[in-house]
Amino acid sequence: MRILKLQINGDLHELAAPDHWTLLEVLRYSLQLTGSKQGCDKGDCGACTGLVDGKPVLSCLTLAATAQGHEITTIEGLLPAHRRAGGEGADPIQRAFDRCGALQCGFCQPGMMLSARALLSRNAQPTRAEIRSALSGNLCRCTGYTQIFEAVESAVCEQLGVAPKPRAWETPSPESGS
Amino acid sequence: MSAREIHGIGAPFGPAQPGAPENREFALIGKPTAKIDGLAKATGALQYADDIQLPGMLHAKTLRSPHAHARIRSIDVSAALALPGVHAVISGRDLPERYGVIPWTQDETALAVDKVRFIGDPVAAVAAVDEDTANQALRLIKVEYEPLYAYFDPRESLVRHDPVIHEDKKDGNISKHVELVFGDVEGELKASDLVVEDDYTFHGTTHAAIEPHCAVATQAADGLLTVWSSTQITHYVHRALAKVLGLDPARIRVVQPALGGAFGGKSDPFSLEFCVAKLAMITGRPVKMLWTREEVFYAHRGRHPMQLHYRTGVTKDGRIRAVDARILIDGGSYSSFGLVTTYYSGQLLTGPYDFPTYRFHSTRVFTNKPPCGPKRGHGSVQPRFAFEVQLDEVAERLGLDPIELRRRNFQGGHTRTVNGQRITSNGFLKCLEEVERASGWQQRRGKLGRGRGLGIAGSMYISGTNYPVYPNEMPQAGIQIAAERSGRVTVFTGGNDIGQGSNSMVAYIVAEELGLDLAQVRVVAADTDLCPVDLGAYSSRVTFMVGNAAIDAARKLRALIVEAVAAEWKVEQARVRLINGRVIDMQDSARSISSAQALQITEARHDTLGSTGSYNTPKLGGDYRGGTIGASPAYSFTAHVVEVQVCEETGRIRVERCWIAHDCGRALNPMIVAGQMEGSAYMGIAEALLEEHGVNRFGLHAGPSLLDYRIPTAIDTPELAARIVESLDPEGPYGAKEAGEGPLHPSIPAISNAVFDAVGIRLRHLPFTPGKVLEQLRTARAMTQGKQSGQVSRC
Ligand code: FES
Ligand code: FES
Repeated sequence: MRILKLQINGDLHELAAPDHWTLLEVLRYSLQLTGSKQGCDKGDCGACTGLVDGKPVLSCLTLAATAQGHEITTIEGLLPAHRRAGGEGADPIQRAFDRCGALQCGFCQPGMMLSARALLSRNAQPTRAEIRSALSGNLCRCTGYTQIFEAVESAVCEQLGVAPKPRAWETPSPESGS
Repeated sequence: MSAREIHGIGAPFGPAQPGAPENREFALIGKPTAKIDGLAKATGALQYADDIQLPGMLHAKTLRSPHAHARIRSIDVSAALALPGVHAVISGRDLPERYGVIPWTQDETALAVDKVRFIGDPVAAVAAVDEDTANQALRLIKVEYEPLYAYFDPRESLVRHDPVIHEDKKDGNISKHVELVFGDVEGELKASDLVVEDDYTFHGTTHAAIEPHCAVATQAADGLLTVWSSTQITHYVHRALAKVLGLDPARIRVVQPALGGAFGGKSDPFSLEFCVAKLAMITGRPVKMLWTREEVFYAHRGRHPMQLHYRTGVTKDGRIRAVDARILIDGGSYSSFGLVTTYYSGQLLTGPYDFPTYRFHSTRVFTNKPPCGPKRGHGSVQPRFAFEVQLDEVAERLGLDPIELRRRNFQGGHTRTVNGQRITSNGFLKCLEEVERASGWQQRRGKLGRGRGLGIAGSMYISGTNYPVYPNEMPQAGIQIAAERSGRVTVFTGGNDIGQGSNSMVAYIVAEELGLDLAQVRVVAADTDLCPVDLGAYSSRVTFMVGNAAIDAARKLRALIVEAVAAEWKVEQARVRLINGRVIDMQDSARSISSAQALQITEARHDTLGSTGSYNTPKLGGDYRGGTIGASPAYSFTAHVVEVQVCEETGRIRVERCWIAHDCGRALNPMIVAGQMEGSAYMGIAEALLEEHGVNRFGLHAGPSLLDYRIPTAIDTPELAARIVESLDPEGPYGAKEAGEGPLHPSIPAISNAVFDAVGIRLRHLPFTPGKVLEQLRTARAMTQGKQSGQVSRC
């Protein structure tokens, strides 16, 4: 057992946890922050992605003790942070995923949205290829990713105040590829 | 046509608007509305099974067999039980009752009794204060095994029956055999101008939902048992728990929390559900079991590997005269849905093409591998692959365009298949047209230069099945609605939302029918204490069956509201319209009340408000043994064109794009339908190129992790273009059919056909690894030596 001091979603938590517990275990089982999901527990799927100092990190591979002294953000932190900043509703990324149909079973999505959040905070207007690459550590088994890409692009358009591109299924029969 | 003309007087109100798009008269149906639980998912608030934490909860772990086939001589759990922190240990003796999703083939037990049949077969389970202690206890359980000869090759199981994997099966290691003949196949083959004959292989693949299986159980002091499980078949789990535990089903409650993907991988009752229940009953404490990713791979129930042989006879103008199939199915160690799989492997091939004669001969055998079961497109993805590749070869040999060949053999709508299935709406031609146009097929196929090609394939799939898993006369799907004077309406459904959005579908329908804002509707689902029975999320049945039940229930309630409001206003009922959270008088726009007020008027007149509705299939199916298996009230149709780039240096195939056209009847929500189409195509492409669920010569899984079992990342996934085709089915809810499984089928053969267009080789054996591509390219080059330039496509 070890006493940990963890800064999570703006709050300082002091708690005791076994030495070998990962950040994911502490989040889920000590703090009931179950929005961070466990899909494999070995670094393969990305469902447990959290932000540590704004960068995506696999919380199942991060010893809880090593996360001390850093600012940790989980999916539960996005909406309150958005409200604190004077926004309404949920975080724009969350709303975009919702309105674009990206949330099928939703299990991969907390990690996916945090990866997307991290991307947009370092690159406000990513290309499709940059989105693919930034999300490539988060496996999704439901969507085929297309509506996820569209959601990220829709959030970008919303931020810029421009109308989003029609989504793949909305476009009238596209001309063939080049 | 207005909805009323299509669906009768009960359909949503609205004047027909000639020339207006179909959707004009609907408030919600046909619109890309967000899901009712989308924001709960997006904020991490929704509770999945492993998110449940109960006070005093114990954690359970499973001891699994290290042998592929062995007799258990003895199990000694005393040391494990003595470990501090361990509260209970159980083995096969504690849960000897058999179960299995199909009543006729129940051959599973929660923990092995006497024998283990694959590496990973559950043998014992421990409940302890935490997972670490439970794991430590597993190592203290002593099991003495007597290893037996193990089968890994299905061809061997066909002929060798000693030792037998299931002692009490009358056919040795044969799990199921089906042979059905429709018409004079041999005669037609003889009379055909061309017969194409070949062998095909489909490998094993698995679901790999991102959420691992998890179950939690607790028993109240009065004996009431509650089990939360990541299942897509709450009702069958309920029945199985009662049987295995020997409890009255009225004293068991099964709840499906939010589910993190399933794809058929959660449609059997699983060992962990019985173990947590039993351990909770023994210890008097809540118990949770969460499987590791590795355990999920061993639990499997994935796509059956099949060895397929097809003969197709055609006339010289490309009309199919006869199809003859012989299929060997590797079932793995248990029956699961295998009886149905064996039928489906033949029964579901008989559309969208018409053929006058057909025979299939399918045999499923047991091997000592993780058990196979239903994966998205159950039993029909494999034969579809073989047949669509064979059709492409037919087109090539006849010098016909492959799309034209498919068009010529189109069976049409409102017809019967050779095996006696009733086809209603059929938008397959439109699907072909869509992908042909979208992909630029006419201008581009065969003209993209060596290494790049286009391929087409089509398919058909069921929207639910006529055949309930256990025979009964009750409805397949039920709905209850409770309406309250605040204007809140709660819908209770047994339907399992597995991420496909069925809870939202139910809410859209009820809101549409009662003219409510979506925000007024709540859905309570998949809780056996609260909801009427639905048989579960499998066979693509939920939209069709639960949707129809929801319409039924909502219309009964609407009739009450219309009657009460019309009486209150003293107007004819036809003038009362329910729309957008209000009730209005069609002839007096000044007269309008909120739906809450309307519910109050109705409640005052009729008592506490509620209604029920249900759906059952009409009698369908061929008049022969097995004729109802594969009979569906409606069939969906799909066509894909894929574009590939083949690197002849490395043998690597890259799918660059996939155009997906799918006839879903009516898209109740086109955004959700498109998501199903994209997800299906992605999964099919992955099966063709990346994924393989296999075991080594000892029966050990080849790579039970999400790293070794390579599911595509955001970078690997090609561009997916979904084209929704609507054929308005006469019996579907507002004309809807399925969209969640059909669109997987064509991706796999379309890739093989595109590779042929790109580099002239026919890939008949899955998966399409670079090694196989290179080998076939070498063979092809050797055969055409000298005839071609030495040009090779690079990438
Ligand atoms: S749970 Fe952390 S990567 Fe899968
Ligand atoms: S939405 Fe289900 S895994 Fe991504």
